[in-house]
Amino acid sequence: MKPFTYERATSPAAAAAAVAAKPGAKFVAGGTNLLDLMKLQIEAPTHLVDVNRLGLDTIEATPDGGLRVGALVRNTALAADTRVRRDYGVLSRALLSGASGQLRNKATTAGNLLQRTRCPYFYDTNQACNKRKPGSGCAALGGYSRALAVIGTSKDCIATHPSDMAVAMRALDATVETVDGGGRTRTIGIADFHRLPGSTPWIETALTPGEMITAVTLPAPVRGTHIYRKVRDRASYAFATISVAAILPESGTPRFAFGGLAHKPWRVAAAETRADGGAKAIAAAALAGATPTSQNAYKIPLVERTLTAVLAEGRAA
Amino acid sequence: MKFDTPAGRNPIDQQKVIGRPTDRIDGPLKVTGTAPYAFERNDVAPNHAYGVIVGAAVAKGRITRIDTADAQRAPGVLSVVTYENAGKLGKAKAHTATMLAGPEVEHYDQAVAIVVAETFEQARDAAKRVRVDYARAKGKYELKAVKDAAPIAKGDKMKTARGDFAGAFASAPVKLDATYTTPDQSHMMMEPHATIAAWNGDELTLWTSNQMIAWAVRDMSETLLIPKEKIRVASPYVGGGFGGKLWVRSDAVMAALAAKAAGRPVKVALARPQVMNNTTHRPATIQRIRIGADKAGKITAIAHQTWSGDLPGGGPETAANQTQLLYAGDNRLTETHLAVLDLPEANAMRAPGEAPGMMALEVAMDEMAEKLGMDPVRFRILNDTMVDPEKPERKFSDRNLVRCLEEGAKNFGWDRRNPKPAQVRHGDWLVGMGMAAAFRNNMNMKSGARVGVDRKGVVTVATDMTDIGTGSYTIIAQTAAEMLGVPLDKVVVLLGDSRFPVSAGSGGQWGGNSSTAGVYAACVDLRRRIAQKLGFNSDDVSFADGKVSSGNRAVDLAEAAGDEGISGEDTMEYGTLEKDYAQATFGAHFVEAAVNVYTGEIRVRRMSGVYDAGRILNPKSARSQVIGGMTMGIGAALMEDAVVDPRFGYFVNHDLAEYHVPVHLDVPHQEVVFLDTLDDKTSPMKAKGVGELGLCGAAAAVANAVYNACGVRIRDYPLTLDKVLEGLPMA
Repeated sequence: MKPFTYERATSPAAAAAAVAAKPGAKFVAGGTNLLDLMKLQIEAPTHLVDVNRLGLDTIEATPDGGLRVGALVRNTALAADTRVRRDYGVLSRALLSGASGQLRNKATTAGNLLQRTRCPYFYDTNQACNKRKPGSGCAALGGYSRALAVIGTSKDCIATHPSDMAVAMRALDATVETVDGGGRTRTIGIADFHRLPGSTPWIETALTPGEMITAVTLPAPVRGTHIYRKVRDRASYAFATISVAAILPESGTPRFAFGGLAHKPWRVAAAETRADGGAKAIAAAALAGATPTSQNAYKIPLVERTLTAVLAEGRAA
Repeated sequence: MKFDTPAGRNPIDQQKVIGRPTDRIDGPLKVTGTAPYAFERNDVAPNHAYGVIVGAAVAKGRITRIDTADAQRAPGVLSVVTYENAGKLGKAKAHTATMLAGPEVEHYDQAVAIVVAETFEQARDAAKRVRVDYARAKGKYELKAVKDAAPIAKGDKMKTARGDFAGAFASAPVKLDATYTTPDQSHMMMEPHATIAAWNGDELTLWTSNQMIAWAVRDMSETLLIPKEKIRVASPYVGGGFGGKLWVRSDAVMAALAAKAAGRPVKVALARPQVMNNTTHRPATIQRIRIGADKAGKITAIAHQTWSGDLPGGGPETAANQTQLLYAGDNRLTETHLAVLDLPEANAMRAPGEAPGMMALEVAMDEMAEKLGMDPVRFRILNDTMVDPEKPERKFSDRNLVRCLEEGAKNFGWDRRNPKPAQVRHGDWLVGMGMAAAFRNNMNMKSGARVGVDRKGVVTVATDMTDIGTGSYTIIAQTAAEMLGVPLDKVVVLLGDSRFPVSAGSGGQWGGNSSTAGVYAACVDLRRRIAQKLGFNSDDVSFADGKVSSGNRAVDLAEAAGDEGISGEDTMEYGTLEKDYAQATFGAHFVEAAVNVYTGEIRVRRMSGVYDAGRILNPKSARSQVIGGMTMGIGAALMEDAVVDPRFGYFVNHDLAEYHVPVHLDVPHQEVVFLDTLDDKTSPMKAKGVGELGLCGAAAAVANAVYNACGVRIRDYPLTLDKVLEGLPMA
């Protein structure tokens, strides 16, 4: 860990201004990912702006029937909120399938969206990684890739986004509210929030330097069956090999978002409009253009299989 | 005392304290966080500095330049030690790789430097400022690529044979020829390797986390080239070892070098990734098993060939161990091959040999039973042997495998198993049952202790035996209490210090029986001295209820000790009983597992077993050992896999997020039954090891249950869902 300076922000706009003002500055909230990465010197911020005491920790109803979730609402609190449990079951389930109780108690809504990948080469500073060291190459290509991305990859990166929560948010069409160093606010649709790696895999989101997430807004609920099916190598405390966030309305188009497949939560409109074709058709559309490695090719049939399970569960519900 | 004839009746047979389920006497310290582990010994070295080890960034090659200037200038830095300024070092005979690289690098993350600073954070920061340039050399990292050229390993029993295997196998009407693989595994104990080193003149003290105190002293002496008498090692509490702490590792050696350089005590703990690549691991194996049987199921031919790799001069994983002893069959062959690999040092991990060996053999037995159309329990019973099948004149000291199998099957409800795979579905899950035998050799090790009584009647046992979470403190206290006729709360146990008599240490599941036998010997000596002091005829003295009695005379033990106290000391040594008789521990594992019809995820639903390890000294801690072994068996079956990147020669998934071991939700209800047996050929305790038995065969029982559940036979561990999906029809 490199020495760094620290300050406690007094308002979201001040926090954003403080980060924007100092090259290498970062926000810190729950710290469940950032501090680990700092200890390994994968992240080496020069300055930390602590946003924990800014409030932003309430969940409020919006005029159009949705919920506005403060950036600092802890994962535990969000999963347990009665409105979330009733109207956004897919989100509550996704949250509870991630990490451990202790981590969820600290981890925040905004921080969860900003988790870094779990690619093992990202985690070893002796190895090439374009995310960690732009231009150094990608040791994962040709390496141990069983857990890595199968679609939307590039020649520079095959990492996945590790979040469960973000996959549910993607299915829910959440929007991210931000404030920047100049005090300007904007909203970013979740579809555009996370990026594909392309030739700049170190740029993971649409946030500009210093731009801070203040809230995540969920639109009015979609009635129907909400399912989050996470497939993993052990029963708990494991990142998804793949996951499916599904909202199956009584009538109308279902929604499917996938975790563990790509650099961002994966959702393909064509897969949803073809849902009448069943799991095979949904999987085929969702995975069109996939480029798996020999080690993670199992994810392709696994998507169809998991969708089959999800649809069966939906019918039974 | 020498144990060279079978034990007769002795005070341990009273079982007033021994053999009773007993809470750990060190339990309150553990659960209140006050048991002092090595890294926490600020009391002994309040002015210590912190050391952080820099590991090699390449797996094989040569250091061409080390630049420590930037690190030296970093805030708080006291010193930086590399091979260039460490002085002359030896290499301990027990070490395959050296603990400090330079200029040669033997494996990835081998220590190349230690940076010492006032605070841990300063040391960690400065460690990243050490610049090392390497000339990378080509290495060999993949077992399968070098297997065919690997010779038979050097040593005893690396090639064994009896009868005509080839002929008998060729003519057997039913036969199996299958190859199994097990991956590299990391010990991943909770407490990483950690040491505080302090010099007083030319005398070195190490507060460390180590299973084998006398070996630690010896290996430090051989490494630092100083006399053993100048080294003290203390390791009273160990947060797990599993064989990873049988030897001093870089934390101890580098802490000693750093403390010398800094002129201060230095504290070092390995970071989690270093546990994986800097220390030892259980090597991967490739195992070919051939079994031939007659139509009635009698094994006529059995062969087990195994391959593993290690650095030059290292040793093999002896995965054919159990096949030499477990089943009958007149025509037999085992071969243990060793390849050279440039991965980190391969070494012992819980039940070396049998743990991976049983993962292969017991699946082969399941496959063979299926070929024969025979129940797997029945097949094993039919091929039981009461003699060493390679040397039929050599009997087992005590063997009750058949009882374990029969009682285990009954307890588990084995008769409800459908022998045809993939027939039972509960909801989204295919459910199956599997079983395997448990087998692990029993070893006895010379072990000493000192036992004293003070004027208050408090008994104090001192021995360098370690408690690596197993419950040594408690069984040693039970032994002394039984021998001296005092309640458990009158016994104080001091462990893990090289100032105490040399014990068996903890490893190879020999610690329980051997260390208590050493305490037994010391107590016999103490009893004799007390009797002598009281003028009693020592043949006719009893120690009970805090009193020493002979005829109609009875004296309080406290009074007998007198103001100056009294103590005895002895070492239990062993004769040839271990050679004359095959000594081993046995059991039968039964598992119910479920496989998700959609995703291929595997979840273990139930585990149950019956185990035979002679006298069970403390049924409570022995049960903990066995369920710990079973849990490790779930890990070995389903998830543990230290993945080698063959391009760079290191274990890639080097943290606990990526190297999976079971979490609570993976572990179902586990039932453990011990047979009530005594083995009089092992020691006066009539006990055998139990610390590793629960692991041996457990993974195979899981694999066999998975096969019975879904019909997919996986021969490459771990059984991950991608391998299941290859054979699982679309739901």
